[in-house]
Amino acid sequence: MLEGYLQIALFIAVLVALIKPMGIYLARVFNGERTFLTPVLGGVERGTYRLLRVDPDGEGQDWKAYARSLIVFSLLFWILLYLILRTQGIQPFNPEGFHSGPWDLSFNTTSSFLTNTNWQFYGGETTLTYFAQMAGLAVQNFVSAAVGIAVVAALIRGIVARSGKSLGNFWQDIVRIILYVLLPISVVGALFLVSQGVIQNLSHATVIHTLSGGTQVLAQGPVASQEAIKELGTNGGGFFNVNSAYPFENSSGLTNFFEMLLILVIPAGLTYTYGRMVGSQRQGWAIFSAMFVLFIIGVVVVYIAEQHGTPAEHAAGLHTTAFHGSTGGNMEGKEQRFGIANSSLWTAITTVTSCGAVNAAFESLSGIGGAVPFSNLGYSEVVFGGVGTGLYSMLLYVLLAVFIGGLMVGRTPEYLGKKIGAREIKLVSLGVLFTPLAVLLSAGAASATELGKRSLYAGINPSGFSENLYAYLSQANNNGSAWAGYTGFLQPHAPGNVGAYGITFANLLGGFVMVTARYAPILFVLAVAGALAGKKVSPAGLGTMRTDNPTFVFLLIGIVVLVGALTFFPAILLGPIANGLTSRLF
Amino acid sequence: MMQGLRKDLTTGVIALVAMTIALGLVYPLAITGISQVFFSGSADGSKVSYDGKVVGSHLIGQEFKGKAYFHSRPSATGYSGNVTYFGNEGPNSVETREEIREELKAYVQLNKPYDHSLTREDVPVDAVTQSASGVDPDISEANAEIQAHRIAAVRHLSLGKVEELISQNTDSRSLGVLGEPGVNVLELNIALEEEAPLR
Repeated sequence: MLEGYLQIALFIAVLVALIKPMGIYLARVFNGERTFLTPVLGGVERGTYRLLRVDPDGEGQDWKAYARSLIVFSLLFWILLYLILRTQGIQPFNPEGFHSGPWDLSFNTTSSFLTNTNWQFYGGETTLTYFAQMAGLAVQNFVSAAVGIAVVAALIRGIVARSGKSLGNFWQDIVRIILYVLLPISVVGALFLVSQGVIQNLSHATVIHTLSGGTQVLAQGPVASQEAIKELGTNGGGFFNVNSAYPFENSSGLTNFFEMLLILVIPAGLTYTYGRMVGSQRQGWAIFSAMFVLFIIGVVVVYIAEQHGTPAEHAAGLHTTAFHGSTGGNMEGKEQRFGIANSSLWTAITTVTSCGAVNAAFESLSGIGGAVPFSNLGYSEVVFGGVGTGLYSMLLYVLLAVFIGGLMVGRTPEYLGKKIGAREIKLVSLGVLFTPLAVLLSAGAASATELGKRSLYAGINPSGFSENLYAYLSQANNNGSAWAGYTGFLQPHAPGNVGAYGITFANLLGGFVMVTARYAPILFVLAVAGALAGKKVSPAGLGTMRTDNPTFVFLLIGIVVLVGALTFFPAILLGPIANGLTSRLF
Repeated sequence: MMQGLRKDLTTGVIALVAMTIALGLVYPLAITGISQVFFSGSADGSKVSYDGKVVGSHLIGQEFKGKAYFHSRPSATGYSGNVTYFGNEGPNSVETREEIREELKAYVQLNKPYDHSLTREDVPVDAVTQSASGVDPDISEANAEIQAHRIAAVRHLSLGKVEELISQNTDSRSLGVLGEPGVNVLELNIALEEEAPLR
């Protein structure tokens, strides 16, 4: 395990080293300052503003105007993506001649990619045209990520603003985030991935006559260009059904390391950006520390559990101890080139962030190992979380912690000099509780009625319960990883959509949950930003509760865990932990 | 308010078209073009040839049966390269136990005649568990080491020679540290065919 821990330590060292440069760069982008790319891209930026009829030097939007632009923008893209998914038969870049799948699947997929979830009931290589992947899904990978980042930029401006109600300009934020952050890193990242073996072409699937005389068909496509933004934007929707476990998406230990960095670099960097923008790096590091502690606990737990192996493996007589030339551990549903350590690390990363890309099969994780993704989702994606979404959700928890801490010591709660009043706390509570509520209602509806049963793979047992709960946890938290057995789409003649049909209940409920659990919290967050913008700042005194020291970090962790545990612990007990506590087989 | 909405709709529609063209067509097609020029081998799937014919991809595992080849890891998908899915064998599932038990038995039965000391305890985990992708190109070094005895006997090669071929076809950790070493099964079997053809 030592070599595994060394790799994990190396990853963390590189990530931490990237936080400051990334954080500073993002702050410059948010503040409209010059960056090292301005000489190259400044002209494009100004041209885009002219094209969009946006005045970059205008006075900015208040929270309602900002929210309106965001909703209009998202709604338009929902319609476009749905149309793209419904018209596959007439599209170019369709060498396999795929037609569109069922309408309810398109509804689910559209809602999924619009909301940065990338939940997939379908397998990309067997259902989608290259055109739909590129012009439909990959565009949303950029756009939904930019929307999330824009919202956190707006929230930070609201927290900082001492006068005026402006949260910035939505259109300008989107343009700058895509142009200066997402696109350049994706270009470099995609080319690097191709150089390491990730495919990028527009060819027909290749028919191979194998060495021992068989036939193997290898699906092709523009994978690398999608892979880079899929990780960077914490989207997670695989070009292939088995996602980043497939060697054409993730070819080696190096690509795996690189892709994990892409997932975390923006969510982690944003904590530094935050400290810089509020004028105190310690505030940023405090939030980073809380996230980091919860993250590391998850990594270590899942690694130890996976290295131990599973009851089924032991009952079969398999020895899961490591020895020279073998990783040992639970290799069911894992790839040799990643082994136990890198599959475990990835599993933790993809579930603390709202990425949801996987490089190993979640349903085959050990009971306790599987409890980690569950808990990470149960924290409502505030441990790094999605790009932007993670930090803005965490900031809601910060305000909640300030409020609760203030109650405990009997003071008016203040954050960065601004009084937190009844209106803010109401909005914060709604924002914090909306997602868990959406999870429990939808997962409950699906498991309490016959309608959800058709989607189960494992049947009525702890694994089946896990599938169902995880499906709605993942969709409501806009994560998109799956306890893979749960289905809403059946495809008897794959590849291709001939004879394929959807499970309408799962598709519609999931789509509805993804959309509401994305946009309702965004509206609450923008409303909080609006309420804080322009508030008077009182100087910190002796009685002010500090929000940049270990005590506060501890309080913040406690509140995140408490809200998550109170909401989900009973349900998680019934699923993975029931599996983990017994050596019984079902 | 209405005026703001109208303005948002106009800007939104323009943004929709511009971004779809720039991010959905120009970006992926430019990456495709550059990749095809500079990295055509890997962009097209790292294909490998034997005897002048393409027989597979360095990155995609394929099925090998019989005594004369190194075997890939078990696959839930029949080593499909165009319909991929996870095996979803749960940690506490009777089915998983049965599947692994079968694989263990078959593996020991196949290799024990050539490696008399082989017992179930010696079998490395990767040899009897399904990979995630269904097309894991690699097996562990320990797995290759066990199969080497069989291959040496069947192909009339010295064990030392087979072990040499194994180490030549082992992808070590990236940059010496990242990931796990893996023996590339297809490349190794090609090397075998070149060294000691069956016919």
